[in-house]
Order: sequence, then C-alpha cells, then structure tokens
Amino acid sequence: MYSEKVMDHFSNPRNVGEIENPSGVGTVGNAKCGDIMRMYLDIDDNGVIQEAKFKTFGCGAAVATSSMATELVKGRTVRQALAVTNKAVMEALDGLPPAKVHCSLLAEEAIHAALWDYAEKNNIVIEGLERPVNDIEEKIEEEY
Amino acid sequence: MIYLDNAATTRVSGEVFEAMKPYFCEQYANPSAIYSFAGKSMKAVDEARRSIAGLIGAQPNEIYFTAGGSESDNWAVKAAAELGRTKGKHIITSTIEHHAVLHTCQYLERQGYEVTYVNVDEYGVIKLDELEAAIRPDTILITVMAANNEIGTIQPLREIGAIAKKSGILFHTDAVQAYGHIPLDVDELNIDMLSASGHKIYGPKGIGFLYIRKGVRIGSFVHGGAQERSRRAGTHNTPGIVGMGAAAKLAGDGLAERMAKETALRDHLIRRVLTEIPYSRLNGHETDRLPNNASFCFRFIEGESLLILLDQQGICASSGSACTSGSLEPSHVLLAIGLPHETAHGSLRLTLSEETTVEDIDLTVEAIAKIVERLRSMSPLYEDFVKQNQKKEV
Repeated sequence: MYSEKVMDHFSNPRNVGEIENPSGVGTVGNAKCGDIMRMYLDIDDNGVIQEAKFKTFGCGAAVATSSMATELVKGRTVRQALAVTNKAVMEALDGLPPAKVHCSLLAEEAIHAALWDYAEKNNIVIEGLERPVNDIEEKIEEEY
Repeated sequence: MIYLDNAATTRVSGEVFEAMKPYFCEQYANPSAIYSFAGKSMKAVDEARRSIAGLIGAQPNEIYFTAGGSESDNWAVKAAAELGRTKGKHIITSTIEHHAVLHTCQYLERQGYEVTYVNVDEYGVIKLDELEAAIRPDTILITVMAANNEIGTIQPLREIGAIAKKSGILFHTDAVQAYGHIPLDVDELNIDMLSASGHKIYGPKGIGFLYIRKGVRIGSFVHGGAQERSRRAGTHNTPGIVGMGAAAKLAGDGLAERMAKETALRDHLIRRVLTEIPYSRLNGHETDRLPNNASFCFRFIEGESLLILLDQQGICASSGSACTSGSLEPSHVLLAIGLPHETAHGSLRLTLSEETTVEDIDLTVEAIAKIVERLRSMSPLYEDFVKQNQKKEV
C-alpha cells in the first residue's frame, strides 16, 4: 500500500533524534488519533537550517513524512522551509494512500511549530507563519 | 515466514483440500438435481452437515449453509428483528461485537429499532448485571459473541443463555472465532442461533453456516430456491461445504489435544512478552480466552509501524490500531476495555495455529522486543516519559 520511497523512509528514517538546545522545537498531533511528531531545528545566525531532527509516534506514513520533512528543510533558509507544504512532502515520497494524507499535514505543521518556537525565542516575526495548531484533530475530522 | 494471523484466516489443511478436490472437476453436479450423478454430491453435502452439526450438539437440519460468518450474522440479527417486530423493537448486544453484528445493529437503529450496547469489564467480559438490567418487555433479541476476535476473551454464554431463556428472548451468538476452537453445545448453552465460518478452522473461505434452532421461525435470507429448506436459496457450494465438513470433523476429533497444545504455547508467548518487554500488557482475560489468541499493547509505540517491521522479518501479525483500519480511531474493543487511546494504538494480536512451534514463538518474541525498542527510541511519547521519570528521581 505504500510507495517504495515511503517504505525506505520508514525503514531507514533520516535524522531521527533530538537536538540539545535547539533553535526551535515543536510538537504536533495527538495520541488520540495516533500520530505525534516532534521536530527540532538548529538554525544559524544567517537563518539557515543547519540541522533538523525528529521523533515520531505513529504509523509508517507518519514516520516517513517526518523523515522526508527533515530532509526537505535541512540546508534551507527559514523562508524556504516555510514554503515546504504537505503536498511537497507527499510528492517527494511518491504519494501517500488517501487515508494517510493527514500525516503529511502533520509534517508541515511540525515544521511550522518548530519555526514558531524559533521566532518566539528570538523575538522575531516570520512573515507568513501563523501560530501552529498543536492539536490537528479537528482539522482532520473536517477532511474526512 | 511465521504466520501468526490465524484469527484472520487459516491455511486450508491438506486433508480438507483432498476432500474438496473431487467436487470441482469430477463430482460437479448440482446437488439438487434428480439424476444419480447428483446424488453423490447431495450425499456429500449431507455428510458435511452432520459433521458440522455434531460439533455443537445440533441436529443436521438446524444447519443452514451461508457464504460465511458475516452473512450468518447479518441474517440472524436482521431476520430476528423482523420476526420480533410485532412484540417489540429492542435488541441487546455488547460493545465489543464484530462489525458484522455492530454495523447490522446500527443499520437496524436507522430502521427504527433500539439497541442497547452492554459494557464489558477490563478483561472484555460482558457485564451480566447490566445485560439483565437492559431487558425490557419489548426486547426481542440478545446477540453476544462467543469469543472476541481481537482480545480472545470468551463470554459467559451459559449465563447469557440462561438469562435469555428465562426472559423468553432469542439468543444469537457470533461464534466465528470460537467454533472448532473451544467446546460449544447449543442445548447446554441455550443458544437459538449461532454463526460460524469455515476458514477459521483450516477450511475454505466463502463458506459458513447459521445454526437456527428448530422452532425458531426467522425468515429466509435469500429467496429463490428450495436449498437450505428454502431459507437460504442458491446452488450449494459443494466443494466449500465438503471442505467445511472435513474441517469440522478434524476440529472435533483433535479438539482437546489441540486446545492443550495451543494453550501451552500461548501462555509461553504471553509470559515471555510480559516479562521481557517493558511497559507491555496483555489484553483480554488471562484464562478465559481462546487457546490460540494473544493480544498485547506496547506503550509509546504505534501498531502499524510494529506490523510493517515484523513483516520485514517475515512475521505476519495484526493490530487494532487506527492505522490498520483506515480510520483514525483505534479498535472499539480496546477502547471498550478501558484503554486510553495512545495505549490502544500500540496493540498487537498474535493468533497461533496447530502448526505453530515454540521456535516460531521464541523468534517472534525476540523480533518484537527489538522492534519495540527501536520504535520507542524514536517516540516523542517515550522521550517525555523518560524525562519525567528522570525529573522524579532528581
């Protein structure tokens, strides 16, 4: 049911772990719907993401989208990272089964949550970044 | 490959397959036909019916062949509702039924019936006092499964049967997981209708039956022919029926022995998992459970991930996690026994067969231990848990 890319990123997830004293960290999802993602970012003074790490509780697609999301933001600027959408994550994974699309939304939300934390810590405003929804359950219910 | 999903389906046993073979290309006659060529087919159907009835202490003419367990459940519940509607429109069931019963009850609710879903305790055993209290003058059916497909808990059928009989209410049981796995006697247990399926007992898929006690006048499910005493029309699935008959005979002959063997293996599996894997729990009753069922929850991890990684090691298992069902809700059974959502998401069901060996079990436990550890190392829930514990220690 999963693409080869999803299976690869699930079986050999990239960037699993934590970052000590991260520039930004965000946790999204909830245990009720079965997916929780936590993303850590290390951002340098020029606003470039040097390191991205994640931890995820969830299904194969949740792990794979987290892994892909960290890959897509690494080495990018904050502005570029903000442009990484759930669609981009899905496309990079050669698609997801319809029931798993919410995992890619969660991955996008995890990036935003980590960036939001970075912005708050540094007292800056990132244009176009809204306060992330920590609990995406309602959003999911609307979609189904 | 280690196949531990026998509650989903079993392999057709060699003896069963041999018994079925002549009924495809050689004895292919329609059993209902008049010529002598068809007589052999009808004889084979009758013999299968006897073996199948014998396993539950029923008469052969109380066995009605269907296409499987879900059809039998649909028939029993809908036809009992139709039969009883002049008396009342209230049905009692449990919160942990298979969807073949639950969704049929929900369908009937949309048709104007009322359904009471009786709760179960933490082991998945129906609360008999609640069941008794739910009975009303307009109650027409009690339908409670014999054993649960996810957590393996065996229900107190004798007590439920006695309550139903005392109150003059029809009692149906979905015995798809129990038939041929534990002893069942429809008279001793006061069962009026019983659903079962062939492919859970090393028989073929696409065949099952509904036992309907003589005198229980529920209506026909399929109209259009005289088969099955005109209650379930359609040309007999001769190979399927013969296969199910052979499987029922085998199941009955070796029942006590197989139960003892499977129970010992099951308990070995349960003991190893609970002692070797931290933060694990057994779902269902410790002793009142199907001999071949072991159901666990592992905290901080999610079931589908566990299944995929087990599959990569050649181990077939199943889970009641949301991700395996295509919905976001974890299993209704695991929630009904009181598990929090995050725990229910981390479930694993292993169901043994008569061929499962202790080596299979040991390899599986070792694989699970490694996979659970790996998934926890990447779980934010586990990270939080460890950090909280460290704080407490400081």
